[in-house]
Amino acid sequence: MSYHVNEKGFYGKFGGAYIPEMLYPNVEELRQNYLRIIQEPDFQQELQALLKDYVGRPSPLYFAPRLSEKYNTKVYLKREDLNHTGAHKINNTIGQVLLAKRLGKKRIIAETGAGQHGVATATVCALMGLECIVYMGEVDIERQAPNVARMKMLGAQVVAATSGSKTLKDATNEAIRDWINNPEDTYYIIGSVVGPHPYPDMVARFQAVISEEIRVQLLEKEGTELPTYVVACVGGGSNAAGAFYHYLDEPEVQLVAVEAAGKGIHSGESAATSILGKDGIIHGSRTLLMQTEDGQITEPYSISAGLDYPGVGPLHAHLFESGRARFENATDEEALQAVLELTRLEGIIPALESAHALAVLERLQAKPDDIVVINLSGRGDKDLSTYLKHFHFDEQ
Amino acid sequence: MSNRLKRLFAQKPKGLLSVYFTAGFPNLNDTETIILELEKNGVDLLEIGMPFSDPLADGPTIQASSTVALKNGMTIPKLFEQLQDIRQKTQIPLVLMGYLNPVMQYGVERFCQKAAEVGVDGIILPDLPLQQYVEEYKELFEKYNLSKIFLITPQTPEARIREIDSLSNGFIYMVSSASTTGKTVGLAEQSQAYFQRVSEMKLQNPGVIGFGIHDKDTFEAACTHASGAIIGSAFVKALHREGSLPENIKSFIQSIKN
Ligand SMILES: Cc1ncc(COP(=O)(O)O)c(C=O)c1O
Repeated sequence: MSYHVNEKGFYGKFGGAYIPEMLYPNVEELRQNYLRIIQEPDFQQELQALLKDYVGRPSPLYFAPRLSEKYNTKVYLKREDLNHTGAHKINNTIGQVLLAKRLGKKRIIAETGAGQHGVATATVCALMGLECIVYMGEVDIERQAPNVARMKMLGAQVVAATSGSKTLKDATNEAIRDWINNPEDTYYIIGSVVGPHPYPDMVARFQAVISEEIRVQLLEKEGTELPTYVVACVGGGSNAAGAFYHYLDEPEVQLVAVEAAGKGIHSGESAATSILGKDGIIHGSRTLLMQTEDGQITEPYSISAGLDYPGVGPLHAHLFESGRARFENATDEEALQAVLELTRLEGIIPALESAHALAVLERLQAKPDDIVVINLSGRGDKDLSTYLKHFHFDEQ
Repeated sequence: MSNRLKRLFAQKPKGLLSVYFTAGFPNLNDTETIILELEKNGVDLLEIGMPFSDPLADGPTIQASSTVALKNGMTIPKLFEQLQDIRQKTQIPLVLMGYLNPVMQYGVERFCQKAAEVGVDGIILPDLPLQQYVEEYKELFEKYNLSKIFLITPQTPEARIREIDSLSNGFIYMVSSASTTGKTVGLAEQSQAYFQRVSEMKLQNPGVIGFGIHDKDTFEAACTHASGAIIGSAFVKALHREGSLPENIKSFIQSIKN
């Protein structure tokens, strides 16, 4: 079975480009050009130089001794939290902004949930001198205030999405509407492996640097390129796609995708799409999504703004249905416990999103000789106020 | 093509007024009243919007009416129930317009069958791509004799317009400018050039212009370039005014036609 996109833009039955005609010219322009541009030597040269000197790649693959001891297995953390701007998101925004420049676009738009993608987009726009507009749900603007401040400082305009649940789904709707209204000069930098083809494939390719590096680094440290498990959290699924990418066709590597269970899978406040979702169309892609019986998209919930999305990218829907990846989930509470555990055992404060991946370590039941690579997608700076409140450090 | 659409374009090749409204708005059971009042006031063709939670191609007015309609309890089964006896009361051509996901969940074949049964003439699903339509759904639409209506925009390349024309069998929905619904900037000069360009292509299907048509001037301007024009957001807004539904509909349509 193939886990890569086919020539029509599908992963199995998922994917495609279910877009109104108004978006067709833009998406088609991208579809016809993205592979060619990405493969051009001068594009690669510019990309690799920026990834190295600006983002700080390769990100370390860190053996976590005390976490390993606690779970009696070998735990490695892929340190995407150490990237410039604090998450994996910048791997993608650097790639896409270089592409936008080559397509002659002057105005960049983006959606953001946790604000990490917004910050990463605002950052590359500052770097390239491009106008930047970021759509963000009103609820997220409130719970991720530090990132809103960073975007503004970087010169981006942050526009509040006030419809629906006022979170990532609605910010994405607004960004798509902006693109419809500005079809010629504008490029839409999508922040995850979602949206119409070719976005899921393109974003996965830009994030694939994560697993490309893991293979090299693991060979150095363990004498094998292949871990037993690769674990990553899934919102739209870009950090997971990047961590899985070069292992998709290595069946002995177990891929573990961790979704946000919110207050519990069946609490009515959850974002565990693989369990709660059904086949349908969201944001131009056929995939699994949370919806009512009548096909209305429902409002997800997670304490983590970056996982608070009612769909998953079509690649993940395919990995789920084909059984290639194992889907787990973690509640708000479990994620928060994992935050504190990593902080106290390893001196690393993770993002709430990434903590969902850490939270399933126990459940893996890994053996002492197993190698578990957890993609630490981001750092926790943006979540400090949530942590302070939850752990009552603000009262001490 | 359905006979009602065919007859309409044969009888009235110019100046045709088409109105869009969101089913379930302002109240759940207004559908029949709105249809009959629009017909009574001389509207030629109706698009009935099936509300969706995430209407990507729509501006704030239709988004808001969709949210209200969903809160009121509008669903596809409910709409079909409301349209069950409509053909005993009116022969005005009816087109259903909505997004693919709710139709997929209802079942595309079941949807086509039911639409045909209640006397719907055509379907607009803006987010169903051409290629997927041809591969998966074309036969179904033909089996139930439903016209599939596609959108084109000022950015649609000529070859694609030709392809759309060859797959259409009702009319072509010409989006006036690159925008979501409800923008009232008027018809820009570029739009005029685009209308002209399409008109010179001598397509086999008539064109009807929509998006941004909101008053007598924009309606008449659009009509000089196509068979007719569609008013959506401006009509939905008019339903908000004080006064009864029939009064609001009458005064709005009169403001366009007289
Ligand atoms: C640190 C971090 N991890 C994960 C995610 C989830 O996105 P994805 O599933 O695309 O990796 C986000 C999104 O904002 C994030 O900021």
